[in-house]
This record gives sequence, structure tokens and C-alpha cells, in this order.
Amino acid sequence: MERRTLFPGKLLPIALMVPQLLLTFIFFLWPAGRAIEESVTAANAFGTNTLFVGFDNFTALFTDSQYWSSVGRTLFFCAAVSLVAMSFGLLFANFTDRNLRGKNWYRTFLIWPYAVAPALSAVVWVFMADPQIGLIGRYLGPNWNYGLNGNQAMGLVIAASAWKQVSYNFIFYVAALQSIPRSLTEAATLDGARGFTRFRTMIWPLLWPTTMFLLVVNLVYAAFDTFGTIYALTGGGPAGATETLVVKVYEDGYIGNDIGGSAAQSVALMVLVVALVSLQFKFLNRRTAA
Amino acid sequence: MNRQNNYLAHAVLIFGVLLFLLPIWVMVAGATQHAGAIARGDISLIPDRHGLNIFWQALFFKGVASAGYPVWHMLLVSFAMALGIAVGKIAISLISAFAVVFFRFPLRRVMFWTIFLTLMLPVEVRIIPSFAVLSSLHLVNTYGGLTLPLIASATATLLFRQVFAAIPDELVEAARLDGAGPLTFLRDMVLPVSRANIAALFVILFVYGWNQYLWPLLVASTPAYSTIVLGIVQMISPDEMTPWNMIMATTTLALLPPIMVVILLQRAFVRGLTDVDK
Amino acid sequence: MATLELHSLTKNFGATSILKSLDLTLASGEMLVIVGASGCGKSTLLRLVAGLETPSSGRIILEGEDITNRDPSKRDIAMVFQNYALYPHMTVAQNMGYALKLRGEMKEEIARKVAETAKLLGLGELLSRRPGQLSGGQRQRVAMGRAIIREPKLFLFDEPLSNLDAKLRVTMRAEIRRLQQRLAITSLYVTHDQVEAMTMADRLIVMEAGRASQIATPMEIFEKPANLFVAQFIGSPAMNILQPAEAAFANIPPNAVIGIRPEHVILDNNGLQLLIDLVEPLGAETLIYGTLASGQRLTLRRPGGPPGVTTLQVAFPQEALHLFDSVTGERL
Repeated sequence: MERRTLFPGKLLPIALMVPQLLLTFIFFLWPAGRAIEESVTAANAFGTNTLFVGFDNFTALFTDSQYWSSVGRTLFFCAAVSLVAMSFGLLFANFTDRNLRGKNWYRTFLIWPYAVAPALSAVVWVFMADPQIGLIGRYLGPNWNYGLNGNQAMGLVIAASAWKQVSYNFIFYVAALQSIPRSLTEAATLDGARGFTRFRTMIWPLLWPTTMFLLVVNLVYAAFDTFGTIYALTGGGPAGATETLVVKVYEDGYIGNDIGGSAAQSVALMVLVVALVSLQFKFLNRRTAA
Repeated sequence: MNRQNNYLAHAVLIFGVLLFLLPIWVMVAGATQHAGAIARGDISLIPDRHGLNIFWQALFFKGVASAGYPVWHMLLVSFAMALGIAVGKIAISLISAFAVVFFRFPLRRVMFWTIFLTLMLPVEVRIIPSFAVLSSLHLVNTYGGLTLPLIASATATLLFRQVFAAIPDELVEAARLDGAGPLTFLRDMVLPVSRANIAALFVILFVYGWNQYLWPLLVASTPAYSTIVLGIVQMISPDEMTPWNMIMATTTLALLPPIMVVILLQRAFVRGLTDVDK
Repeated sequence: MATLELHSLTKNFGATSILKSLDLTLASGEMLVIVGASGCGKSTLLRLVAGLETPSSGRIILEGEDITNRDPSKRDIAMVFQNYALYPHMTVAQNMGYALKLRGEMKEEIARKVAETAKLLGLGELLSRRPGQLSGGQRQRVAMGRAIIREPKLFLFDEPLSNLDAKLRVTMRAEIRRLQQRLAITSLYVTHDQVEAMTMADRLIVMEAGRASQIATPMEIFEKPANLFVAQFIGSPAMNILQPAEAAFANIPPNAVIGIRPEHVILDNNGLQLLIDLVEPLGAETLIYGTLASGQRLTLRRPGGPPGVTTLQVAFPQEALHLFDSVTGERL
């Protein structure tokens, strides 16, 4: 990492760092500090006075059954989105990794959904699933109404969120499959492994580092980037059935104006993200080492 | 590979292509049909060629929430935001990575790790306090407010650090002996050599900026700063009068730019993505 | 072209001493070759002169000016790198003209000099190509051109031929030397290859562990190596080193070891018996490896083909012997 040859001077490099540092301080350290500060204070009803309340906001948060059900919902949602998006990504990648006519066309057509905004993937899915106007939704009978049925709503936000993320996983699995030396799969074929056995015993273990890396990325995606999808599709409803942690932070903090409580939620989320990103770096290092 | 296997592969892949294409096609086809028919649940998969001028009309359509501002204006705001984020982040990351890699200065490590920390917290997590800070800086409803907080992230700095670290020492030495100072070296060597990485990063950041929803939702409270993604979501209301065909046409217009960027720059994009790792 | 003086130049990295107080004067137009095993400090010496490292102490004087602490970009020194370090995104012409452009020379002037230099090096056809499209030998020429075009005060070569194949190395070696003599370029040339060192140098520095073991013309070094290290480093196969135990040596002080080059050992029916271990016919000559009765190993270089026997009688002519102190290794 250390270079042998450097340029002399101290002022120029510091000047070059200033814009990035400034942004980091204003839009990262300051808000983060503020979140931490607000999480241990409470404002009076008029917002004219704040007072130090220690861990009260956290105590309130962690004894709130609604918060815990949101945590559970988020975990389920993240796991489901990751599983669905990664399975389809791997399925399609595995089938394009061979001498197939038109495989480059297939790849192009499987990559573009990456560009769909999460919020717009919700709009797209309204046209598919809406009970009145949806291409599929209108045939699903009178019991299909994700506006009222919480389970249906959860299923739909999972589908819409996973749908958009498949191409990301596809891209990474294609790259990982391409990096498996041909001689290795050929040797396995000569050893008599074929079809699914070959995939299970040879390819899957070699894809393992990629899979672990993608798992973390997908979890982070499902936890944070899906706000647009969920908010546009269901608004977190019906009756909070699709209210993930980020939706809750937005609802409580911006709509509900519960500054202390939402700050405590932000701090809890930060801790979670730090844990996830540390995991990501662990797998990133392993992936590049492999 | 035997033939039977290939049929299976084609079948699975065609299924995959349709899985993504069909919803988009419904939208494109639906846009050309009558709003009333769509509301009744009569979307046809065959576009009505008499309705094609809807895409033209949509550009001048005034969405429900963005009173007074037509779709073309929202597209423009989105474009400015995406471009601002992409260019701003690349410029700022480039020079900070250059400083970290090619110089030694006091507090270098502290500064680098401070920047590195921002990687940890996506904007969604710090959304409420960030908004509070932005308000106190009077940046609500400005382009600065739309772009600056999203420019503050470490991923691009990390990528450039990696790219610059791979520039051979001898190249730096040759340039120095040829008489190049640090800024000349940045312009004549570093920029051209990392051109491909810059292009790849641009694609990713442009799409990232274009697709933002939560942040503009907070910062763009007046229609003048409404992005297209924001505008469309606000147009959808459970209202009998919802002009569905218009919304479909608008959504198509909103999806088009980032999809075109990804498809046209597919190679750069795929490379960039697998390099950046997020 | 200019003279270069180094005054007790020293470089330490932490506690390790890389270069130990080197004094050196380079005459105008002289080609000085620095040769030594890897890690002997020869590359560090070059980098110190270029300004890419800062010396721990000592002074560097170029054309009468003290440049010890001057930025490399202001030293007017050109360097040819081992891996050429051509700018990958620039054409051959741009590579060669870059330093001139930075100096602010006029476009036409640069174009004229590039064309001239390209002609000198036979690069005319390649001016619009990029380094990635060139062969190893062509890249080497471009690297040379990039250095020559500036007409610098001093040239530095850092093992410029070691990335070429054996055949090309021989031609490029001659080419560089011809060019250097024709343009009277003052040069410091680092190599680990002793053939390169012998053939190219006006004078040679043999370096060992950060010190100059000997500074002299190639022939002086070959004929009168200053110590055991130099004796064994220069010449191939290496000089035989024998203990004076052999009965054949009379009048040898007891504290000396004896060196004799393989080509100087003669055959003599009254000589010592040598048991042959291995014979390497090279065509015009043959290398013979064997063991003396005392158990000491000996190498011979003989004209012609293999001897076709298993033992030889060998002798050591008095005038071909080199004597070294057995403790200090210095020449006696």
C-alpha cells in the first residue's frame, strides 16, 4: 500500500482534502452527533426547552412492543428479499454461463433492471398487482387486496423489492462464474460429475465467498434502499404491516415529529449498519483474496 | 453441453427476460390507452398507436402534487441532481484520494478514517438529523440541499485510492524527472490513466442520483425542486380520476434515462460495479 | 554534458545502512557502470542522484552546482527505467515530447526534436503508436528517446536491458553504448550483469554492501581485482580461489589465498592431478570442473572440444596468480 515515490509538500494535499472533509463534517459527523445528542434529550411540548434524559429514549424504544415487531418484520423482510433476489440472480447467471446462443443478449436484458428506481419499481408493480387495474391483480379474485390484507402487502413489497435487486446479484454471480477456471469444471466433468451434482459439489462451494458478500449487500439494500418501494406501494400499511425500521424512523421523526424517539432509532440503526458494513468488508477482503 | 440442457437454459432465461420486461411493457402499452379503460381494469398488452403522442403530452403534463410544474421540469431537476451528484462526488473523491495516495501530511490517517466512516452510514439512517442540519443551513429547497449530502460518501474515495495505488512508482518517477509537479501529474497522468474507472463510476452515480426518493422527499418540499421519481409517486392517489395513462407515460419517461445509460455503457457499468462493490 | 561529484554520500533507512559514504567523480561524457548483487545499494545510489530519495548525509554536485536538496524535476537529469515507465496513454511522440512540453517549448520545436530523435533511434514509423502496441526492444528505444531528447546534464540507467531477451540485450547493449559515445552523454548505468558492465563501461564501480569495492576501468578490474569479492564477481566462470596448501605453490606467504582465472590454468605433465567431475563443451571452448587431490575444486577454461579423459595434470603459472590476504580479502 505504501508508495515509494511521493510528492513533497503539506499544504497542497491538505487543501485537496478540505472539500471532502467539509462535506463529511457537515453532512455526516454533525448529523450523527446531533442524533446521539437528541437521543439522550427530550423536548417539552412546545419544543422550547430540552433536557437531558439519559437512556430514557432508548428504554422507551426497547420496551416498545411496536418497535420490536418492526424489528422482527424488518428481519423477515430482509431475509425474504435477499433469498428471492439472490436465488433468481444465481439461477439466471448459472444458465448464461455456458456456450449458449444469444447469451450476451440475455445478459443485457437481465442487467437493465438495476437502473430502475426503487420507488418506481413500486409504481411498476402497482400496474401488475393492483386489484382493479393490475394486469395480474384483477384476476386474483375478491380476496386479493393488499391495501387491506397485511400478508398480501408484505408479499408484494418483497416481490417488488427483490425484482429490482435480481440484476445486481446476477452481475456479481456472472463475474464470479467467469472467474472459475475452465480446467476445474472440465476436470470435474471428467471425474463424472454432471448437471446438478457438478453444480453442488464444484461450483457452489467456489461461489461461496461471493454469496456471503452478496448476502450482506442484499441485507443492507433490503433494510435501507427499499424505503421508496415500500412507501410508494403501501405507505408502510396496512396497519403497519409493512413498516420496516427505516419507514418507522421517517414516520416517527418527520411525520410524527418525535425527535428524541426517532433519534434513538437512528442511533440503533447506525449501530446495526456499522455491524453489517464491517461484515461486508470482511467478505470483501476474502473475495478479493480469493 | 447437450441440447436438452440448452433448451432448459433458454426456457429459464426467456422466463427471466419476460419477468423484467413484462411489467415495463404493460406500462408502455398502457400509456397509449384511455385512462378510463385502464381504471376499469382493461389494460391491453397491445399498444394503441393512436395513443402514441401521449409521451409527447406527458412531457408537458402537470402532475397532481407539483402544481404548476410540468414533467419536463421534473426530468430536468432529476437530471441536474443526478449529474450534480455524479460529477461532484467524482471530483471531490478524486482529489482527496490523490492527496492520500501521493502525499504524506500531518493527520493523514485521521482524515482518511474520518472519511472512511461516512461509508458506514447510508443517508437513510441519518435522515432526520441530516435534514435538521440542512434546515439550519437554509439548504432546504436548493440544489445544494439535493446533492451535497449525497456527495458526502467514502465509496468513491476508496475506489480511487485503490486505482491510484496501482499506478507504478516508476511512472511517477519518470514524470517527476520530466519536470511534472503534483497538479501537472494529476492532469497529465492520473486522470487519463483512470479514465475507465471514472466512466464506470459516473454510470453508477448517475443512476444512484436519479433514483433517489427519500432524500428529495424531505428536501424538495416545493414543487420547483420536485424530481421525477418524487413527482410520479405523488401522482398516484387512489382516485377515480387518476390519469393512469399519463402516469404510465411519465413513468416510462422517468425510467428511460438511467436504463439507457446502463445499457449503452453496459461494459463500463458492469466493470465499475464489480470494482466499487456497492 | 556535465561532471558529477558525490561527496561522502550516505543513505540509511532506519538502522540499516544502504550506502556508506561514497565518493565519486564522473567526468564529462563518461559512462560509469555500477555493478553489484541485488541489495548492494546500487539502485539507491541512482535514486539519490535522481532526487527520488534524500541522502542521510553527503553532497551531490552536478556541473559545479549543489543539487543535494533540489527537487527531481529541477535537476535536469534523465532516467531510463528497468520497466521503461512509458506513459501508457500517450503516443510515442507524446512520450518523447512530454518533458519539452512541460518546459514550455513551442509545438513546432517539439515536433522537430521528436522527429530528429526518432530518426536517430529508428522510431520514425512508430511515432503515433502507444506503448502497449510496441515490442520490448521498441519500448526500450522509446525510453532512450525520451531521455535523449531533453539533452539533460546527466543520464541514469536503471538496469535498462534486464527485461529483454538474451539476443536483444546484446544488440541493445551495443546500441546504447554507440549512442552514448556519439552524443558524449555523461551516464551512470546500474546493472547486475557483469558482461554488460565490462562491455559498456569507461569505468566500473563494483559495489558490495553499500560500499564501492573498487572503482577502475573494466580491464584494470579484471586484471587487478582489489579484493576477493571483486575477483570472484567479475569474470565468468568465476576466478578459482585456492588455499596455499597445494605443494605446487612455493614462495607464498602463509596468510594468503591464491586466485587464478580458469583460462590461466595450464596443462603440465609434471603438474597436479585433477579428477574431472563435469565437462561443459561450449563449442569454441570447453569448461572443465574437477577436484584436486587436496579436495579443492578447480575450474578450467580450455579452447576446443572436450578432452576425452577422466583426469588431467594441471599447473599454475606464477605470473597468472593473484594473492589476497586470507583475513581481510585485500589484494597483496
